[in-house]
Amino acid sequence: MDFLFQPWHWFVSGFLIALTMLILLLMGKRFGMSSNLRTFCAACGAGKASAFFRFDWKSDQWNLLVVFGAMLGGFIASHYLSAAEMPAISEATKASLSSIQVSVDNKYLPVELFSISALSDIKTIVILVIGGLLVGFGARYAGGCTSGHAISGLSNLQLPSLIAVIGFFIGGLVMVHLLFPLIF
Amino acid sequence: MMKQILFILIGFFFGIIMFKSEAASWFRIYEMFRFEAFHMYGIIGTALAFGILFVQIIKRYKIKSFDGNEIKIAPKDKSFSRYMYGGIIFGLGWALVGACPGPIFVLIGAGYLPIIIVFLSAALGTFLYGLVKDKLPH
Repeated sequence: MDFLFQPWHWFVSGFLIALTMLILLLMGKRFGMSSNLRTFCAACGAGKASAFFRFDWKSDQWNLLVVFGAMLGGFIASHYLSAAEMPAISEATKASLSSIQVSVDNKYLPVELFSISALSDIKTIVILVIGGLLVGFGARYAGGCTSGHAISGLSNLQLPSLIAVIGFFIGGLVMVHLLFPLIF
Repeated sequence: MMKQILFILIGFFFGIIMFKSEAASWFRIYEMFRFEAFHMYGIIGTALAFGILFVQIIKRYKIKSFDGNEIKIAPKDKSFSRYMYGGIIFGLGWALVGACPGPIFVLIGAGYLPIIIVFLSAALGTFLYGLVKDKLPH
């Protein structure tokens, strides 16, 4: 049972992600997490403001159930299957953390951004809001996120997904290498 | 009802995989964009290798879904700008908060309350896209 409590090897993790996609396909559905955000907007009445949210969102309720399950999974994994410790990232990455004011003695998520006490700094809230806005806006503009494009789309050898994933990386590299030194 | 429980179960396992693989950790995303470890590339690469294999098997043997329907993966619309611009915007956010939509839900479940701010902002971002979408190049 000990292996359950250790962080999982990338091969096991990658295989299980592909298996998740396969089971959803066999159930006649598609693997895509960000579409839940659109469903959420539609369920909150966003259809009044834009035709983009006037669709039969109730037919996408299955995906909200998947997301509900994912939340339960997150709860069980963090409370009963791990100590939610800081991942064993490379020494080079650790060494770089001090330049962005993040401690090397940390948790699963950096406490500088994701602890309740960090929210007393308005800057943290601004970072979380801007990050969320970019993720939500970008995922819908690109027509999918990591699950829909990088996993499902590329598995289907779709060119649009390859373009999107290249975009994900351009954005991520610009953020980490050019903007992080200015933000943190 | 049975099907609904099945969807929750799929999500449940997916949530555990995301958390235990550390793909839901900001640190792993940061490390990935610095090219300083193989971990995330190993996860995505393995998922892709098996994903391509599964999709090819489904296509070649015309495997049907459990309810007997043909499994059709509709091709995405042909375009460059929406995927590139949208992708870059998404990537900026992904690196900043270290979480894409799947992990956002997993981390809320794990009890990281500040992630709720990320979730609400992401929903707002999706809403803003719906408002301005007709004015953007697609």
